[in-house]
Amino acid sequence: MSDPILDIRDLRAGVEGRDILQGISLTIQPGEVHAIMGPNGSGKSTLASVLAGRDGYEVRGGSVNFLGQDLLELAPEERARDGLFLAFQYPVEIPGVNSTYFLKAALNEQRKHRGLTPVDAMEFLTLVRDKIKLLELNEDLLKRPVNAGFSGGEKKRNEIFQMAVLEPRLAVLDETDSGLDIDALRVVANGVNRLKSADNAQLVITHYQRLLDYIVPDFVHVLMNGRIVRSGGKELALELEERGYDWIARETQAATQS
Amino acid sequence: MSEALNTIEEFVSSDYKYGFVSNIESDTLPPGLDEDVVRQISLRKQEPEWLLEWRLKAFRHWQKMTEPHWPQVHYPPVDFQAISYYAAPKKKPKLNSLDEVDPELRETFDKLGISLDEQKRLAGVAVDAVMDSVSVATTFRKDLEKHGIIFSSFSEAVREHPDLVRKHLGAVVPYTDNFYAALNSAVFSDGSFCYIPKGVRCPMELSTYFRINAANTGQFERTLIVAEEGSYVSYLEGCTAPMRDENQLHAAVVELLAMDRAEIKYSTVQNWYPGDKEGRGGIYNFVTKRGLCKGRDSKISWTQVETGSAITWKYPSCVLLGENSVGEFYSVALTNNRQQADTGTKMVHLGANTRSTIVSKGISAGRAQNSYRGLVKVNPGATNARNFSQCDSLLIGDQCGAHTFPYIECGNPTARIEHEATTSKIGEDQIFYCNQRGIETQDAVNMIVNGFCKEVFKELPMEFAVEAQKLLGVSLEGSVG
Amino acid sequence: MKPLVALPDLNPPPDPVTEQLTQAFTSQEERLARIEPGWLVALRKAGIARFADVGLPTLRDEDWRFTNLAPLQEHRFQPTLGRPTPDLPAEALDGLALGDLPGDRLVFVDGHHSPALSHIASHGPGVVVEPFSLAMARNADAIRITLGQHADLTKSPFVALNQACFSDGAFVRIPRGHRLDQPVHLLFVSTGRDPGIAIHPRNLLLLERDAGATIVEHYLSLADAPTLTNAVTEIVAGENARMEHIRLQDESKTSFHFGFVRLQQAANSNVAAHCISLGARLFRHEYDPSLDGPGAECVLNGLYLAKGRQLADHHMVVDHAQPNCASHEYFNGILADQSRGVFHGRILIRPGAQKTDAKQTNKNLLLSNEARANSKPQLEIYADDVKCTHGATVGQLDPEAVFYLRARGIPEETARRMLVHSFAGEITHRIQHNGLREALDEIVWDWLESLEAVQIGRRDGSGTHSVAHPH
Repeated sequence: MSDPILDIRDLRAGVEGRDILQGISLTIQPGEVHAIMGPNGSGKSTLASVLAGRDGYEVRGGSVNFLGQDLLELAPEERARDGLFLAFQYPVEIPGVNSTYFLKAALNEQRKHRGLTPVDAMEFLTLVRDKIKLLELNEDLLKRPVNAGFSGGEKKRNEIFQMAVLEPRLAVLDETDSGLDIDALRVVANGVNRLKSADNAQLVITHYQRLLDYIVPDFVHVLMNGRIVRSGGKELALELEERGYDWIARETQAATQS
Repeated sequence: MSEALNTIEEFVSSDYKYGFVSNIESDTLPPGLDEDVVRQISLRKQEPEWLLEWRLKAFRHWQKMTEPHWPQVHYPPVDFQAISYYAAPKKKPKLNSLDEVDPELRETFDKLGISLDEQKRLAGVAVDAVMDSVSVATTFRKDLEKHGIIFSSFSEAVREHPDLVRKHLGAVVPYTDNFYAALNSAVFSDGSFCYIPKGVRCPMELSTYFRINAANTGQFERTLIVAEEGSYVSYLEGCTAPMRDENQLHAAVVELLAMDRAEIKYSTVQNWYPGDKEGRGGIYNFVTKRGLCKGRDSKISWTQVETGSAITWKYPSCVLLGENSVGEFYSVALTNNRQQADTGTKMVHLGANTRSTIVSKGISAGRAQNSYRGLVKVNPGATNARNFSQCDSLLIGDQCGAHTFPYIECGNPTARIEHEATTSKIGEDQIFYCNQRGIETQDAVNMIVNGFCKEVFKELPMEFAVEAQKLLGVSLEGSVG
Repeated sequence: MKPLVALPDLNPPPDPVTEQLTQAFTSQEERLARIEPGWLVALRKAGIARFADVGLPTLRDEDWRFTNLAPLQEHRFQPTLGRPTPDLPAEALDGLALGDLPGDRLVFVDGHHSPALSHIASHGPGVVVEPFSLAMARNADAIRITLGQHADLTKSPFVALNQACFSDGAFVRIPRGHRLDQPVHLLFVSTGRDPGIAIHPRNLLLLERDAGATIVEHYLSLADAPTLTNAVTEIVAGENARMEHIRLQDESKTSFHFGFVRLQQAANSNVAAHCISLGARLFRHEYDPSLDGPGAECVLNGLYLAKGRQLADHHMVVDHAQPNCASHEYFNGILADQSRGVFHGRILIRPGAQKTDAKQTNKNLLLSNEARANSKPQLEIYADDVKCTHGATVGQLDPEAVFYLRARGIPEETARRMLVHSFAGEITHRIQHNGLREALDEIVWDWLESLEAVQIGRRDGSGTHSVAHPH
C-alpha cells in the first residue's frame, strides 16, 4: 500500500476553552473519497477548520500527518501550497479583490513552492477558461471581486472552480451542499467527480446523505460529540438517511455503559 | 394627496389619556431654589447630616454650571426659581400594607391602569409607586426580603440601609456630571432603591410607576440599583403626568451598578404628558441614566419606549469596565405634534472583550423633531471590543424631522465598530396594500410602526411589550399626514 | 444700574497665529489699495475682519473637536501675498506625478503663477483657463461678480483668511455646451525654500449650462519644510453640467494643509469630486456642496492615507435643498503608526427636498495599536419621502478574509497587502478618467508598498493559534 495522504491520530481540539474534537483517528489513502457525517454540533466543521489551520482553534493533543509531514506545524498558506484545499462552508466575500488576480496569485504561490515558473496572464486565462466551463460558471465572474455579490450557488461553484484550478492532493469539502438547489448540487458534484484521480483524495463533510447520491464515497464515518462512533461503506449513509442519527447515539451510549 | 393619506390625517387627533388631575392635598414647598430649600427638603425627609452635606455640595456646584444647549431641541429658558422643588401628598401614608393607601391615590393609580392590588394579585410584579416626589406604596417587600433583596423607596433606604446608600450614591453619576444631574443631586425627593445580593436571581420583575400630579412642581427622583456578584434583576419603570398648560420639569438620575457576572435589565415606558397639539404644556424630561459594568462578564441592558414628554433629553449609557462585559441599548422614541426628542446612548468600552449593541428606532410625526445621538468610544485598553449600532428613522408626514448624530471614537485597532442608519417613511403603497386586504388605515399604520419597532419590543418583558404597543397606537393617532 | 465688579473678559485675546497673520495682512493694506481694484480690496478686508474676529478654532469648537491646531503656534507664518515670484527651473518638475497628463497645465510656485512652467492650449471661443493674475485684466467683470460669492467666509476661519490673503490661482470658465476633452492640471508647488510661508491658492471654476470638464488640483512640496497651504476653490456647475474634480494632496510631512471646496450645483448637474490625500503633518479638507436645483447629483469620494504622526481630517455638510437630488459620500482611511483620522459628514435634507437619495459611508482601517479614528456620520432630515443611509466602520482587516486568502496559499503579509490595496481601490476605482485613475492608483500603490511588513500589521486578538499544540 502507498503512503497515506492524510493520517489523523487521536486528534483532540477545541475553541475558546471548549473541547470539541475528543480524539479522532482517520487515514485517507490516494484515490479514496471519505465522507464525514454527523448531526449539528458534532464537530464536523471544527475538523475542517483544524485541518486548514483556522485561527482560534486549539489543538490539545494527537497528530495529523499530511503527505509525510506534520500538518499542524504548518501555517494555513503552507498547507494550501502543499495541496490541502478547503472548500468553505461560507465562502468569504472580498470586495475589491479581483477574482482573476486572486486566483492567479494563489496558483503562482503554489507553483513557486514547487519550484515551477509562474504562469503568465495568457497561460492563466487559457487554463481557467477550461476549468470554468466544468462548473457551468459565467466567465464574467473572473472580472468580479472574489465572491462579492455572488448568489449562494455561485459561491459554492466558485469554490469548486478554484479547486479545479489549484488541483489539490486533498480536498476538504465543508458542507458544500448546504444552500444548494438540486441543479446546482448536480453541477458541483459533477465538478468534484471530474477532479477525482488515483493520485488525490477527498474528504466530504455533510449533514445530509443527499450529496452522497452524487459524490459516492468509499468510506462513511459518523461523527458524534467529537468522536467517530461508526465507520462503514456508502450503505451507512443510506441507513442514516432512513433512520436518522438517534439510533447510533443510543447504540453508542449503550456500548459505553455496558 | 391620496385618499388613504387623507384618512390617515384624520387620525391625527387623539388625546392624552392620562391627563387627569387627582384631587389629593399635597404638602408643597413654595417655588424657588436656594440653600435653604435644599435644607428644607433634607429636613422634611429627616435625612442624616452626610446626605445634607452631599446635597449642598451638589447645589453649590450646580450654581456654577450653565444649561447645556447642544441637543437638537428648542425651548424657552427654564426659570429654575419658578419651580417648586418639593411636593408630597399631604396625608402621607405610613405604609405597612396597601390597604392603608389613600383611596383617592389608589383611584389615581387605578385610572393609570396600575391598580396596586391587581398588580399584586395578577402579575407578580413588585411595584413601587412614586407620586410627585414621594414614594407611596411598595408591594411585595416581604417576599423579596426572604431573598435578601432590598426594594424600597429611596428615603426608606436612606433610613434603613444608610451604609449601602452612602457607599453607592453618586458612584456612577457624580453630582458634577452635568447640569441636571447636579440639580437632581441637590433637590431629589425620592425614588427607588434596589439591592440584589450575591448570587440571587430576583424572582419577579421590579417595577416603579412615577406620577407627577401637583402643579408647578418639578420631579427629581433618583434610582439606584446595585447587583452584586452573579445576581440578576429586571426592573421596569413607567411614567405619566396630568395635562397642564405650563411646562413641568422632570430631571431624574438613575444609577446602575453590576458586579462580576451580574445582569441588570432596565426597561422604561415613558409617557409623560407631551403637551397639546400646539406645543403648549408638557414635561421637560431631562434625565441622566448610566450603568457601570464594573465586574467581569457583567451585563446591563437598557430598553426604552419613549412616547411622552414635550422634550426628551436622555442618553442611558453603559460604562463597560469589567472584562467581557456587555452593554445593550434598545430604544423606540416616538414624537408627534410639537414634541422634540434628543435621545440615544453612550457605550464606553474600557475593558477587554467588551461588547455593545445599539438598536434605535425613531418615529417622527406631525411637526415633531426626533434625534438619535450616540457615542461609541473604545479606549486603548479595550482590546477586541465590539460594537454594532443600527439606527432607523421613520418619518410620517413632511413637516417633521428625523436626525442621526453618532459619534465614533476608536483608539484600539482590534476593536470593530459598525454603525448603520436608514431613513424611511410609511409609503402610500403600503397603506393601500393593507386597505386593499381589508385593513383600516389606522391599523395599517400601527402594524407598520409596530413592525418597525419589533426588534426593540422583543426586549421588553411581556406585559410591558403589550402596553408599549398600545401606547404607540394611542400616541400615533392623528399623527399621520 | 451700578457697574458691577470687573467682568471676566468674554473675548479672550486672539491666539498668536491669528494675531500674526492679521498683522501680516494689515501691513500690506496700503500697498494693495494702490495696485488692486476697490472691490477686491474690500473683499480682502471683509475676509481679514472675519478672521480676526473668530480666530483659529479650538478643541471646544464642536466642528474641530479632534483636530488640535496648537502645532501651528510653533511657527510664525507669513502670507506669500506681495512677495516676488520665485524662480523654478523646469527640471525641478521632472518625474513629477501626473507629469505626462495631456491637456492644460497651470503651475503656481509658492502661490504665484509661473508662466514658464505652465502651458495652455488654444481653446474654442469662450473657454478660459488662466491664472487670476492674468484673468483679472481680461475678465474683471466675470470675476468681480462671482469671486467670493460662493465660498461663505462664515463657514470656516480658513475661508475668511484665504479671502484676505490669496495670491493667485486658477480661473476656469467653460461656456455653454462645451466639453473639454483633456483634463486641466492645476499644480501648486511648495518649494520649501522659505519655511513658515503661508500659501493661499484660490480657484474659481465655472461650468455653464451643459458644459463639461475634468479638473485636477494637485498640491506638492519639493522639500521638507513647515509651510502652510490654505486653499479655497469655488465650483459652480450650471444646469446639466458635468464635472470630475480631483484633489491630490501630497505635501511634505512637516507642512500644514487646509483645503475648502465649495460646490454649487444647478439642476441636473453632476459633479464627482475625488480627493486623495497622503501628505502633510496635519490637514483638514472640507467640502461644502449645495444641490440647488432638482435632479442634481454629487459624489464625494475620498481616500486618506496616514502614517507617522499625521492627522487627516475631513469635514462636509451636504446640503439638499431641492427634490430629486442624489449625493453619495465614500471616505476610506488607512491609518498606520500613530496617525489619526477624523471624519465629520452631515447630510442635511431641507423641507421639500423630497425623493432625495443620499448615502454616506466612512470606513477606517487601523493598522497599528497607536492609530486612532474618530467618525461622526450624521443625518439631519426634514422631509419624509427620502432614501438616506449612512454607515461607518472602524476596525482592522477582516481575519476571515485573511484566512481565506491564506487557505488558498497566499502568504499572510501578501494577503494583508491585497486586502489593504482593495480597501484603497474601493475609492480609486470610482475615478472615471482612465489616465488619472491609473496615475492615482500608482501613487496609492507606492504609498501602500512603502509600508513595512510591521506596519501592515498582524494581530491575533485571541492569542490562540492552531500551529501551537502540545507534543
